[in-house]
Amino acid sequence: MTRWAMVADLRRCVGCQTCTAACRHANATPPGVQWRRVLDMEFGEYPDVHRAFVPVGCQHCDDPPCMDVCPTTATKKRSDGIVTIDYDLCIGCAYCAVACPYQARYKTQKALFAYGEPIASEAKRHDDARLAVATKCTFCVDRVDAGIEKGLQPGVDPEATPACVNSCLANALTFGDRDDPHSNVFRLLAENQHFRMHEELGTGPGFYYVWDKAAG
Amino acid sequence: MNPAYGPNPWQQTSWDARAACNFVFGGVGAGLIVFAVLFGAGGLALKGLVLAGLALVGLGLFCVWTEIGRPLRALHVFINPRSSWMTREALSATLLFPAGLAAAAAVPGFAWVAAGLALAFVYCQGRMLQAAKGIPAWREPLVVPLIVVTAVAEGGGVFFVAAPLGGGGTPPLDALLGAMLLLRVLLWFAYRRRLAGTVAPPARVALDAAGRLLQLAGTLAPLVLIALVASGAASGAAAAALMAIAGLAAALGGAYVKYALVTRAGFNQGFMLARLPVRGSR
Repeated sequence: MTRWAMVADLRRCVGCQTCTAACRHANATPPGVQWRRVLDMEFGEYPDVHRAFVPVGCQHCDDPPCMDVCPTTATKKRSDGIVTIDYDLCIGCAYCAVACPYQARYKTQKALFAYGEPIASEAKRHDDARLAVATKCTFCVDRVDAGIEKGLQPGVDPEATPACVNSCLANALTFGDRDDPHSNVFRLLAENQHFRMHEELGTGPGFYYVWDKAAG
Repeated sequence: MNPAYGPNPWQQTSWDARAACNFVFGGVGAGLIVFAVLFGAGGLALKGLVLAGLALVGLGLFCVWTEIGRPLRALHVFINPRSSWMTREALSATLLFPAGLAAAAAVPGFAWVAAGLALAFVYCQGRMLQAAKGIPAWREPLVVPLIVVTAVAEGGGVFFVAAPLGGGGTPPLDALLGAMLLLRVLLWFAYRRRLAGTVAPPARVALDAAGRLLQLAGTLAPLVLIALVASGAASGAAAAALMAIAGLAAALGGAYVKYALVTRAGFNQGFMLARLPVRGSR
């Protein structure tokens, strides 16, 4: 069974935010809405200071709290692990937003454009259906599905791979089938130590953070 | 245990005062219905109290309706009773209104049905908060009994505010209100202790400020007034007035706790790294 997952190699990410820009371009999200964000974290005190760049967004959980709480069934999980939102069902109650431990959900009440009035590309891609409802990272599900239909392999063929992964200049983001022993994601996880965010909550995120090579 | 790293949590902004008002008005309305039915109000008093309770529940639901992004699709809220406590809350409210109206019309047996549905409604509200896994102060399981007991205590408070209009309360009811207030504050202490170390410092500050109000204005002051009345220091209209003041303080103290819980203590847990990257290790 396919289980799409993403891996962020924290050793590689340089915090350039190219993935954020690529996501915004690919998904036409309004200003302030970043389905893929990169946090710039600092730890410790001088002279023992560490810095990490941490890509975050929807973790496409195995047991998504956002789905359980949704009163409309707008949030669903596909058999391949991708968590989706049906914009036509969503009432914009934002219950999913407070249920998500990863702050991955956005609700934009009115149309926003980068320069006030929409520029040509914004006008063309604006979608009223996404106003006043919950939105979030989709793992670029349309690209994944369309790519599979063409016989392409998500995570390998760019046309079938999420935009953030394609754009990553440090190869820090990887997308693939977690359950396929031949996939890039499976190999990365097998060869390295990794963790998932807030794992103690039992949500089973489909987003892994690699932090070191495998022990021994 | 691994060290945890991450930026500071921040207050959620998805649910504002309108959502908080659903918990405040819904709780006090449902509590009023429960209190009125359980403790034997009858005739015009029951009718008035149940109708007032329904109006408060309706006001709370109206407040939250103004907050949702797509109000014209509000009926979609009923689609997911299988797992959503918001759907279950909406369903219990939908059943509560006709049952309450039947109770107000003195249809035999419906007063108890309305009281049961009112309890179910506030239970759903508590479970709604607990299911919000993104907010540590909400997902603590003790929030459920706290919300339920707070609702009944606030309802009891409002019951005594209205009591002079309906002929006044009775000594057993005074004692019952006192008992509910004690139970509420004990639950608060237990809830607050369970949160130690799990919520963000600003959330702790907000909770402690609300807790102080609950302890002093919402519990201690009403208990002193109830004791005064019970000791015979006041009687007749003066006793009813003191109990009304006690009830108002009890209701406001609990209401503010819920308001603060949603709008001031709703901090998420931020982002945490279980490990820091070991660079150069590939």
